[in-house]
Amino acid sequence: MIKIVKRDQPSKAIFFLTPVLAIFLTLVAGGLIFYILGFKPFEALKFFFIVPVADMYGFSELLLKATPLCLIAIGLSFCFKSNNWNIGAEGQLTFGAIVSGGVALLFYEQEGFYILPIVILAGAIGGMLYASIPAILKTYFNTNEILVSLMLVYVSKLILDYLVVGPWSNPEGFNFPETRQFSDSARLPLLFEGLRIHAGIFLALVAVVMSWFVFYKTYLGFQMKVSGFSLKTAKYAGYKGKKMIILVFLISGACAGLAGVGEITGPIGQLHREVSPDYGFTAIIVAFLGRLHPVGIIFASLVVAITYLGAETAQIFMQIPKYTGQVFQGMILFFLLASDYLLFFKFKFIGSKK
Amino acid sequence: MIIDINFVGLIIASIMASAVPLILASCGELITERSGVLNLGVEGMMIIGAISGFALMTVTGSLIIAVFGAMLAGVLISTIFAFLTQTLITNHVATGLALTIFGIGISAMIGKNFVGIPGKEFPVLFESLKDTIPLLSPILFGHSIVFYFAFALPFITSYFLKKTKIGLIVRAVGDSPESASNQGINVKLVRYACILYGGAMCGLAGAYLSMIYTPQWIENMTGGRGWIALALVVFSTWNPIKILIGAMIFGGLTIIQFHMQAIGVRIPVQFLTALPYVVTIIVLVVISRDSRKIRLSTPSSLGKSFYKDN
Repeated sequence: MIKIVKRDQPSKAIFFLTPVLAIFLTLVAGGLIFYILGFKPFEALKFFFIVPVADMYGFSELLLKATPLCLIAIGLSFCFKSNNWNIGAEGQLTFGAIVSGGVALLFYEQEGFYILPIVILAGAIGGMLYASIPAILKTYFNTNEILVSLMLVYVSKLILDYLVVGPWSNPEGFNFPETRQFSDSARLPLLFEGLRIHAGIFLALVAVVMSWFVFYKTYLGFQMKVSGFSLKTAKYAGYKGKKMIILVFLISGACAGLAGVGEITGPIGQLHREVSPDYGFTAIIVAFLGRLHPVGIIFASLVVAITYLGAETAQIFMQIPKYTGQVFQGMILFFLLASDYLLFFKFKFIGSKK
Repeated sequence: MIIDINFVGLIIASIMASAVPLILASCGELITERSGVLNLGVEGMMIIGAISGFALMTVTGSLIIAVFGAMLAGVLISTIFAFLTQTLITNHVATGLALTIFGIGISAMIGKNFVGIPGKEFPVLFESLKDTIPLLSPILFGHSIVFYFAFALPFITSYFLKKTKIGLIVRAVGDSPESASNQGINVKLVRYACILYGGAMCGLAGAYLSMIYTPQWIENMTGGRGWIALALVVFSTWNPIKILIGAMIFGGLTIIQFHMQAIGVRIPVQFLTALPYVVTIIVLVVISRDSRKIRLSTPSSLGKSFYKDN
């Protein structure tokens, strides 16, 4: 007979193994869904997960999509570790893109080495400003940050829409909803000839290293983790809870804003209606799949980025609807959360010895 | 300017019509939250209901099958949430988010073949009485059965929670699962039931959107209504009657926005569209500022997992 017993302590090995299990289960379930939809499961999975990254161009596209996911997820890990539910990273990304795009447009047809740093900084500040709204409302007005940050996503997208259709639209653009092209000095340089991967990836890597340092090497990181485990303990220890909340929101807003900078100053080079295919929401999954750990988040962002690419490839080659990507993303999170059960419980075989 | 009194009636009726999906979803979520479970998957369950209702209507041609099918779809998708949060004891917030992402993806996948298909006409009740009483007639008569059900639901929900034994059990489970469990109540079972009920109501809310309010399938057609419904539950301080008021305010904002565009008010359309979201934030701030009141009215165990060692 098998009995389920609670573990005395969550298992550390399983903590890092369950994400792998979750990905495996998602593949199995995904194959099943393809089968139900009338596709050959193995062929579909191949087009979804292998074909897109089989050449250099595909690999560059993978990194291109993984960069914002990684950056945002790193920021979110600060919030989630300290028990702050910022789910509006998509809005902070959009607002960061708006502010940095606006600054880039100020330097229209101007060149200079100083322009790009200003544009990047503007994006980070934009994201921070936007993230400070739910943070301040949470700390001083006791308002639920989940709902506020989410409502602000819709608002930011409408502001962007207004700007690119209205005052910021390209005067010579035949009424397309987009701005003028930014000058070359306002753009993140591409790294390789013919590939779209750009210098934004370094922003993500810097964020990874810095977050690792803060989490594991500073007192501040320790305070964050304690607040995440138990707010009471944090209060008892005398940590400044309100400042902490605002700080983690600012960090995650800055990261999301930087992701927005990458989206508009990279290969595209202008503001347009759809700056992000829901990277801000998908990054939530990346953060969990990476176990809120900087290195884990790098791997998770690569895995989840494949679902974006795979959805495009599968649509082109097999006419599989592109939303399958989202379905996969939802499933990964479901399976990950489900397999967390193994962290806290174990199966015990009860046989002859009692 | 002479204001046509029937026109006023029509505007009020259209505000009520746009409040219907909010009332349904909020009342469903309210029961779920009263049992101590925070399900952030409202948007996902609504969109699943919307596509299921529309698809079943198109395929079977039966409105009854479509409406109940949409509710069943809501129940099925919420079963995933219930199983994860109650049986596998996962985090409510993360699981709810996964449900929303999953629901939006699945609905778009199924809905691909239903884009551009015209909907069916949904029968309305008391149509012959539409011109009898000025002002009141357009408000009272000529609506679908779902409309009447939605406006009865807050009162039914209130009665259920306050006056029935099962309602008391639901509240007990939400306020103190430990004591409820000690009283011999199966906390897990009650919570399962409340989650599935919430799923059914969200499914119905979605079906109302795709079958009655704007009879067609559009991707992402819930457009954040699920999140506004969640905010309404906080706004109501978990009191179903106040959901009615909140839903009317938000319905009003949606309708006013259309009319302002129609009469050519010189405000960019994007700002008008953003109004309901901005107002939601403002209202949340005003309501939540009184932290004592929020603390007293929030179900004590909201969002916390309950695990009982056998």
